Amino acid sequence: MSDHIGACKARWGIGRMQYIVPPGLYAVGEPEPASPVLVTANYKMSYDIVRSSLAGRNIWLLVLETFGVNVWCAAGKGSFGTDELVERIEKSGLSQVVEHRRLMMPILGAPGVSAHLVAQRSGFTVRYATIRAADIPEYLDNGMVTTEAMSTMKFSFYDRLVLIPVELVMALKPTAAVVIVLFVAGLLAGGLQAGLQLSLIWSGAVLAGVVIGPLLLPWLPGRSFAVKGAIAGLLFSMPWYLIADGMSWGLPETVALFLTVSAVSGFYTLNFTGCTTYTSPSGVRKEMRLALPVMACALLLSGLLLLVGLLA
Amino acid sequence: MSVEEKLMKNFRYLKDVATIELNQSACVGCGRCLEVCPHHVFLLQGTKAVITDRDACMECGACQKNCPVNAIIVDAGVGCASGMINRWLQEHKLKKAGDGCCCS
Repeated sequence: MSDHIGACKARWGIGRMQYIVPPGLYAVGEPEPASPVLVTANYKMSYDIVRSSLAGRNIWLLVLETFGVNVWCAAGKGSFGTDELVERIEKSGLSQVVEHRRLMMPILGAPGVSAHLVAQRSGFTVRYATIRAADIPEYLDNGMVTTEAMSTMKFSFYDRLVLIPVELVMALKPTAAVVIVLFVAGLLAGGLQAGLQLSLIWSGAVLAGVVIGPLLLPWLPGRSFAVKGAIAGLLFSMPWYLIADGMSWGLPETVALFLTVSAVSGFYTLNFTGCTTYTSPSGVRKEMRLALPVMACALLLSGLLLLVGLLA
Repeated sequence: MSVEEKLMKNFRYLKDVATIELNQSACVGCGRCLEVCPHHVFLLQGTKAVITDRDACMECGACQKNCPVNAIIVDAGVGCASGMINRWLQEHKLKKAGDGCCCS
């Protein structure tokens, strides 16, 4: 239960970086010298998921020091890597505990580990087992053979949903700053209602990009995240436009609303590439090179349009 | 195929951007790249690996890191937009180093 509360807090970014388990060798159930060894990271959420997936089994768990970062991100940064693995094998005295020389690794740890170098340096052979910890029992029952489903990346609605809270928290500070500036600007230029409207529109655009874009990811058209996010922003603007009686607005304000919301929403959905399981850095770089200037121009233009509308 | 799996087929990122290259003459056909690739970019044809789905590559670098004969080259990295912006800001001295992003 306390693990659930802890996981929930970590999802919202509360004490996330202190959410760790000491590295070393752990026993799940009552493992023997012949029992298999599974390697994981010392992010407490990874460790808890692995442990609960393995309930009822007898397995050694070798937890690497990744400073509280999950396997995938730690492998990308190198802390879940060959050096740490070889060192942890030595420090934990693994070769005295088990009689075999085999390690089961999460497939998503592979970007950090060179299996052939681990074998050379430690004598342990590495088998990349599954992507998800939940598939480990089935992998064991399957005679330690990986099926296609076990090695296929999924990115379900739920997978995306649990990533959103921490993204919201990350977006909170810059959004609050912008909203305050917009509110004051609107207040000075057009009174309380204008100030409220501007801040609401900006907050809504951020929400569209952080929540709607990622959740509707497979259904939003195109491959580009910036485009998907811009469309999520437009989807959000429509009801807003109707509720706020947009028909009565002037053309400059209307164009400014749609430009701002799609640019801001597009930016935040593009930011979600950092959380996905299929976007390549080359792709993100290409998108940013194209999209960031367009977004900046859209915001600038919106500001000018609002000024024009104000003076007209 | 479940609904989720069908949707996963829709999870395709931009075309023709992945930098992955496989030097087939060096390949020893050990199959390690097939084992580590989470997007099934490779197939084994006879005693050689081939790239059959380049656009599915997310440049994680797992294949390069685990190829025992260094037959694979990919410009690997973490595809994180805020990370890239942070790095850019740091390089241009607009922000101090160490301000983390999502998974730092």
